[in-house]
Amino acid sequence: MAAIFQGIGAAAALPSTEKFHSQSRRFVSGSLFVVRSDGRPSLGSSPRSRGAQHLITNAVAAKADASATSTASKPGHELLLFEALREGLEEEMDRDPRVCVMGEDVGHYGGSYKVTKGLATKYGDLRVLDTPIAENSFTGMGIGAAMTGLRPIIEGMNMGFLLLAFNQISNNCGMLHYTSGGQFKIPVVIRGPGGVGRQLGAEHSQRLESYFQSIPGIQMVACSTPYNAKGLMKAAIRSENPVILFEHVLLYNLKERIPDEEYVLSLEEAEMVRPGEHVTILTYSRMRYHVMQAAKTLVNKGYDPEVIDIRSLKPFDLYTIGNSVKKTHRVLIVEECMRTGGIGASLTAAITENFIDYLDAPIVCLSSQDVPTPYAGTLEEWTVVQPAQIVTAVEQLCQ
Amino acid sequence: MALSTSFRSNLIKPLTALTALSSTQHLRRPFSSSVDDSTALTIETSVPFVGHKCEPPSRNVETTSKELLGFFHDMALMRRMEIASDSLYKSKLIRGFCHLYDGQEAVAVGMEAAITKKDCIITAYRDHCIYLGRGGTLVECFSELMGRQAGCSKGKGGSMHFYKKDSGFYGGHGIVGAQVPLGCGLAFAQKYSKDETVTFAMYGDGAANQGQLFEALNMAALLDLPAIFVCENNHYGMGTAEWRAAKSPSYYKRGDYVPGLKVDGMDAFAVKQACRFAKEHALKNGPIILEMDTYRYHGHSMSDPGSTYRTRDEISGVRQERDPIERIRKLILSHELSTEAELKNIEKKIRSEVDDAIAQAKESSMPDPSELFTNVYVKGFGIEVAGADRKEVRGVLP
Repeated sequence: MAAIFQGIGAAAALPSTEKFHSQSRRFVSGSLFVVRSDGRPSLGSSPRSRGAQHLITNAVAAKADASATSTASKPGHELLLFEALREGLEEEMDRDPRVCVMGEDVGHYGGSYKVTKGLATKYGDLRVLDTPIAENSFTGMGIGAAMTGLRPIIEGMNMGFLLLAFNQISNNCGMLHYTSGGQFKIPVVIRGPGGVGRQLGAEHSQRLESYFQSIPGIQMVACSTPYNAKGLMKAAIRSENPVILFEHVLLYNLKERIPDEEYVLSLEEAEMVRPGEHVTILTYSRMRYHVMQAAKTLVNKGYDPEVIDIRSLKPFDLYTIGNSVKKTHRVLIVEECMRTGGIGASLTAAITENFIDYLDAPIVCLSSQDVPTPYAGTLEEWTVVQPAQIVTAVEQLCQ
Repeated sequence: MALSTSFRSNLIKPLTALTALSSTQHLRRPFSSSVDDSTALTIETSVPFVGHKCEPPSRNVETTSKELLGFFHDMALMRRMEIASDSLYKSKLIRGFCHLYDGQEAVAVGMEAAITKKDCIITAYRDHCIYLGRGGTLVECFSELMGRQAGCSKGKGGSMHFYKKDSGFYGGHGIVGAQVPLGCGLAFAQKYSKDETVTFAMYGDGAANQGQLFEALNMAALLDLPAIFVCENNHYGMGTAEWRAAKSPSYYKRGDYVPGLKVDGMDAFAVKQACRFAKEHALKNGPIILEMDTYRYHGHSMSDPGSTYRTRDEISGVRQERDPIERIRKLILSHELSTEAELKNIEKKIRSEVDDAIAQAKESSMPDPSELFTNVYVKGFGIEVAGADRKEVRGVLP
């Protein structure tokens, strides 16, 4: 039975004898109908009581300060994630003439994922620069340009190719501000798609966040929705630190309605996707969608997971994460990185160090298998975390 | 081995030109110890330039007596600084890696004479003298080498990380060859801002075999960047002689479609002429390679005696025949701009200047422990950082 409720007044219209099965319901975002974990409806309670149990079935986060209703009321505009990235990029290029883009096929071709489409005709070939296939040197070139005050955005056609530029990113990008005693700032943004796609093969399915995370001096963020993609892109460009923006190959065609007015997100903040009581699930990028899919099943089974998209991979937003841990006392990390030395491993260590007293159970970290990503579809599915595994993990964690 | 002996004898080419000084405006003036003298002179370079896909500039270099004396002073200062760093290293005040530039001073000094502070220079780890040439002070040099607060990078960079942003000196880089793409980036920014300035991206004969160099050459040529690639060929890449590391020793020709010029790097005037020529060329036609044929007296670094892969005779031979400071001294004396005694006096003053700077640097304090966490990010996030045992919070990342 699907029912759509608008506002709390409608809840009173329900006959009290009707039993609510834990079936999936479709709710408009921002609706205020509250279902408790034991299946009984809670009529008349205000939305902010008892930890604000909003059920949001679409994966878009509503911002905590009630702008969920304001985006619903303002028209906004709908677009795909790569268009959101482009919009953010274009706004920043309009705003600051020092912002420029360099990468393979970003100019005339428009970008292999269309993120820079149309920008070369608008801003010229020097500002949207087509480079030869030489990651090491064009990354170095971008960093050298940044030393003088330009703000380049360096695109890796696939994040995996940036391994060739590791020396430049680690030694020059990350460390120059320190070794020069603060003389040079490197305000670059290094961005590109990474992650496991659809049978792209081992070398084109790499997750570089685990390799870069140790480099001191850089910031890492991962976008997951059109809303945060645009906001993070703008924030990364405006940041004086070097920022690596991780996009995901499979998320480029996500559609969402985003606000018309200009907005910039904070690079260091995590996003509360779904508040809950029982368990904190920390995730980022594509795994957020697997988690939300698992969350539907979990809610039907009576669990109330709190889902946080950590967004900031370096540094971790331990404030948001900590508050969540203090509430739920159980943590599950779901990531696409490899098990060994991944973001999840660091996050586990960080949470354990800081919040050990609040944990009722050991932290569970679900990551990809420590294998090169195989080509065969079935095998590839088994390398990444699937929703069913998330459900099982939560059930085991909450015993 | 026949190959190596002929190679070695090439290094000790006698300076034929000193006896054949042609000065079209040779003014016979009594020697003057005033450094403000600006008598115009024309000096002929030791050997003619060799060009690759370009017309080499003339051998005759316009200069003034002030510049000539200035060259002597600057090079002697650089030489003394490096020798002093040698003894500081041996007394364990300088630790880690220390790569000394003595023998190659002519490149730093000649280059400075041809350009402005708005032009950018970027080099590798043998950067002390270039930093000095760009306007750095001795105290900043020695303090940085000894890891003190007064150093140019606040003691956090060390020998290989000297930078001076306000005079366009972009370092100071430890990884061989990585500075060349950065240099391309500097040139890109100059082209972007239409500055009419150029970038000198310096590297050595060892780095000339790095792939990123060719990537950078391609991009610079493609985009017509005002980049000048300067190969300081001191004939040894760390401990390996150039003929054992490179199939083609003509580094100025390696650019293929990029024009090149081979320059006697021990002759400050040749360097000056070449750099001036290169700057004009780069602003009009894009990148150019300058190969500076030079020599380092010390080993690759202080941990390398420098005599296992070359003979002491070779080193002393070059010192006798091609030393850049001696060359300038002979020029000054033959033009009667100064006397032996005067020059010795200058050297003595330089010596005491360097000693004073060392004393001052020694007095500078070590960096404050809080400096460990500064300048990691430009804007910090209030992240707490703890000591190794993670039990106490040491500070907040600023």
